[in-house]
Amino acid sequence: MAKELNIVGTEDTPGIVFDPQKNVFELSGRSLPEDVVSFYKPVMEWLDELESKPIANLEFSFKLDYFNTASSKLILDILLKVNDIFSDGTPMKIKWHFLTMDKDLEEAGEEFSELVEVPFELVAY
Amino acid sequence: MDNQANKVTASPKSLNNFYHFHQLMEENEIIMVYAGEFSQALTKTLLAFTERKFNVEQLEDNVKRKIYNIMVEMLQNISKNALDNDQIITGNSPIFMIGESTDFYFLISSNKIGNENIPMLKNRIDEVNALDSEGLKQLYKQVRINGTFSKVGGAGIGVIDMARKSENTLVYEFTRLDDQYSMYSLLIKVSRNSLV
Repeated sequence: MAKELNIVGTEDTPGIVFDPQKNVFELSGRSLPEDVVSFYKPVMEWLDELESKPIANLEFSFKLDYFNTASSKLILDILLKVNDIFSDGTPMKIKWHFLTMDKDLEEAGEEFSELVEVPFELVAY
Repeated sequence: MDNQANKVTASPKSLNNFYHFHQLMEENEIIMVYAGEFSQALTKTLLAFTERKFNVEQLEDNVKRKIYNIMVEMLQNISKNALDNDQIITGNSPIFMIGESTDFYFLISSNKIGNENIPMLKNRIDEVNALDSEGLKQLYKQVRINGTFSKVGGAGIGVIDMARKSENTLVYEFTRLDDQYSMYSLLIKVSRNSLV
C-alpha cells in the first residue's frame, strides 16, 4: 500500500491529505507559499511513487479557496502527473470544488480541465 | 552652515506635517499605507489585516476575493524584488497602498527595479492592456503551458493574472532614480460593484 501523506494547512499553504487507507486524496485551503517548488515537493514525490505503483479509481479533490500564480504551475504539474497515470491505463478522476459565487475559481477549474484528458468534474457548493 | 534652515528641514515631525499627509491621503482616496520591509510574513500580515477590515465593511465576496488575489501577487512580487535590491539600506523602500473611491478599490505598489528590466516589463503590461478578457485568457493559457512569457520568466504570468482579475487596465509608471534604478509604480483597479 502506498504511504500516507499528511500536511496540515496554514494561512499560506494548503492542507494535503493523501490517504489510501481512508480513500481520501484532497488538497484544501489557500496556496500562496513563498517557495512553491519546495512546498509541493513531497506531493510530486508521492505522485511519482503512485506512478510506479498505481492505485485504481483514485479521486483527487481540489478544495482550494485561492492560490497564487506560482501555485497554479504546481497545480498543473499535479494534474499532468495524474493525467499521465490515467493515460497509462489506470482509471483516475479529478474533482474541482468551488463556491458557487466564485467565478474565478470556477473558471480556473474549467481551464485546467481543458489541459488534461483525465475525467475532470467541476463541483459547485 | 545655515543651522536654522537645517533645524527646520531636519525635524519634519510637526503635527502640522502629519495633518497635511493625512489630507493628502484623503484627497487621493488612500485608506491604507505600508512602507518598509516586504516579506512573506508581511504579506500574510497585510492580507489578514485587509481581510478583517473588509469583512467588517461587508464588501461583496467577489470583490474581496479579487482584491486579495491581486494583493498577494503584488506583495509577493515586491518581496521577490526586495531580495535582489537592498531596498531598506539604500533608501526608496517599497510601498504598498490601498485606495477606495466611489466605484473602485485600487491597489498601488511602488518598488525599486533595475533600469535594464524596464523595457521588458513595459512591453508585458502594454501587451496585457491591449487584450480583452478572451485574449487574456488565451495568453494566460499559452504562457501557462509554455512556461515563459517572451524570453524571461519571473513576473510574466502574474501580470496576466492580475489583469484578468482586475478587469481594468493596469496603470504603471517608471520614475528614474539614477543610472541603475527606477521606481516602478503599479496601480490596479477593482470595481466595487460586480457586473455579474
